Amino acid sequence: MVAIPTLLVVLSLVFLLVRVAPGDPATAVLGQQASREAIENLRTKMGLDKSLWQQYVEYLSGLLRGDLGKSLISRKPIGGQVAYALPFTLELTITGVLLGSILGVPLGILTAVHRNTIVDYLGRILSLAGLSIPAFYLGILLMLLFSIQLNLLPTVGGGQQRNVLDLLYHLVLPGLTLGLIMTAYVTRMTRSSILNILRQDYVSTARSKGLKERAVIYRHVLKNAMVPILSVLGVYSIVLIGSSVMTEIVFSRPGLGKLMVMAMKQRDYLALQSLLTIYAALVLVINLMTDLSYGIIDPRVRYD
Amino acid sequence: MGENRKIWRTFRKNKIAVAGLVLTLIIGLIALLAPMISPYSPVKQDVLNQYDTPGGKHFFGTDNYGRDILSRIIWASRISLLVGFFSVLFGMVVGSIAGVVAGYVGGWGEGVLMRIVDIGLSFPTLVLGLVIMAVLGSGLDKLVIAIGVAMAPRFARIAHGPTLSIREESYIEAAKAIGASPVRILGRHVVPNILGEIIVMATLWVATAIRIEANLSFIGLGVSPPTPSWGNMVRAGVNHLIMAPWLSLLPGAAILITVLSFNMIGDGVRDITDPKLQS
Repeated sequence: MVAIPTLLVVLSLVFLLVRVAPGDPATAVLGQQASREAIENLRTKMGLDKSLWQQYVEYLSGLLRGDLGKSLISRKPIGGQVAYALPFTLELTITGVLLGSILGVPLGILTAVHRNTIVDYLGRILSLAGLSIPAFYLGILLMLLFSIQLNLLPTVGGGQQRNVLDLLYHLVLPGLTLGLIMTAYVTRMTRSSILNILRQDYVSTARSKGLKERAVIYRHVLKNAMVPILSVLGVYSIVLIGSSVMTEIVFSRPGLGKLMVMAMKQRDYLALQSLLTIYAALVLVINLMTDLSYGIIDPRVRYD
Repeated sequence: MGENRKIWRTFRKNKIAVAGLVLTLIIGLIALLAPMISPYSPVKQDVLNQYDTPGGKHFFGTDNYGRDILSRIIWASRISLLVGFFSVLFGMVVGSIAGVVAGYVGGWGEGVLMRIVDIGLSFPTLVLGLVIMAVLGSGLDKLVIAIGVAMAPRFARIAHGPTLSIREESYIEAAKAIGASPVRILGRHVVPNILGEIIVMATLWVATAIRIEANLSFIGLGVSPPTPSWGNMVRAGVNHLIMAPWLSLLPGAAILITVLSFNMIGDGVRDITDPKLQS
């Protein structure tokens, strides 16, 4: 259970980082022209007049009770905003990871098996392009094509919350944006881990005993390639969280990333602190899941 | 020299990497010669020529203020390359020093530092950069610091491991015995041993740094207008996507081509570091 001390360090860092940020939140809310008393009053209301320790203890004890605090700007509980936004972000990232795995693994196998042919070169250039393109630009390209030229899909918004079809309709383009980027990462990783395994002795053994190439790939290569592929899937899921922030902004999806950037721009430090906490938790969960999945795929790695 | 030639030969065999190197050199030249080759001023407004379509007098068209897009793209290449280069340099220096010192000194200081590094590693670099940028405020120098700090944990990790094993070598023992100071030991014996790996890592991260700069500028946390950066140009164009799609498309393409060129070089560099994967 290394996750808990790690989480505590993350929380403390987030807390400190947000506190050292320049600019007074109360002044940010009221504007430069506000009177001194008004600012002092608001600071008291926000709890900013308390000592750092007091604020820290309140922050942690609040978290333990599942209380993320109130937004400095809207004065509404942040927990509610997060509860609304989280599903939009999860839908998006899960779609991205799934699409990336479904497209990326076969593409990676294809490029590795047809190494140094035109298929390989095309696949490599495309996947390099995929990991070079910023998510916001890919989003704009897809938007121009599917929404503006073909008029098939909506440009912005996340869809109505209770209408599944509408949600899916609004998920297509952002999901595709993230999915294509993830495909690039997965293709590259799959290619190199398969190339790596194709060089192993047991592959030569399998070939020399007359096994068909297809059987060699499926039975010996793929199975052993799964561990590195899976671990990288975890790492890239985290990279994808970064891209999801940008995708949400381009498509104006009401997700966590959009909330976070809004909180930054409004200098809403409490909201920012809570959102980063959620991100940290998300990252830790993904790491934990990746670790656990090794044990399932590779019996040599068992966690007790 | 023989070693260098071998490295170059490995690199040259990767056609993608060579193409990337050529493209990068061209982009570098464009940035260098910006004042000479840009046809117009990047910031001068021209109300009579708003939304000129590409082609004609303004080869890449003009924006809503009548500014020449081609000139803006050319000038903005300087921002991207400067931020890309210096932020990686900054992250490399800060991260490597942290990693080397932690590895050499050991003890609880090492524990705390490497724990922080682990946490830094577990976050997406973009999100880290975003947060640091929000704390620092906008500006070119802050971009360099924010992206550099966001990358520093990766360099710390790379520098830390080898330092641990070098620490136990007998020549370090010998250096200590003759009374060499820790700074001298680190500078003369540890750093030269890990420098190669760190520089390789740095070349791979320039592409990411440029992409993060574009992202931050796109959000509005990077270089502020009217100074053109590719990211803030794409952002400004988004509002005119239907009427004038080139405002976003062209600077976005510049980002893509530049990041791709650096990544193509990275492809060849990877071949050198991992000879097993050579194409």
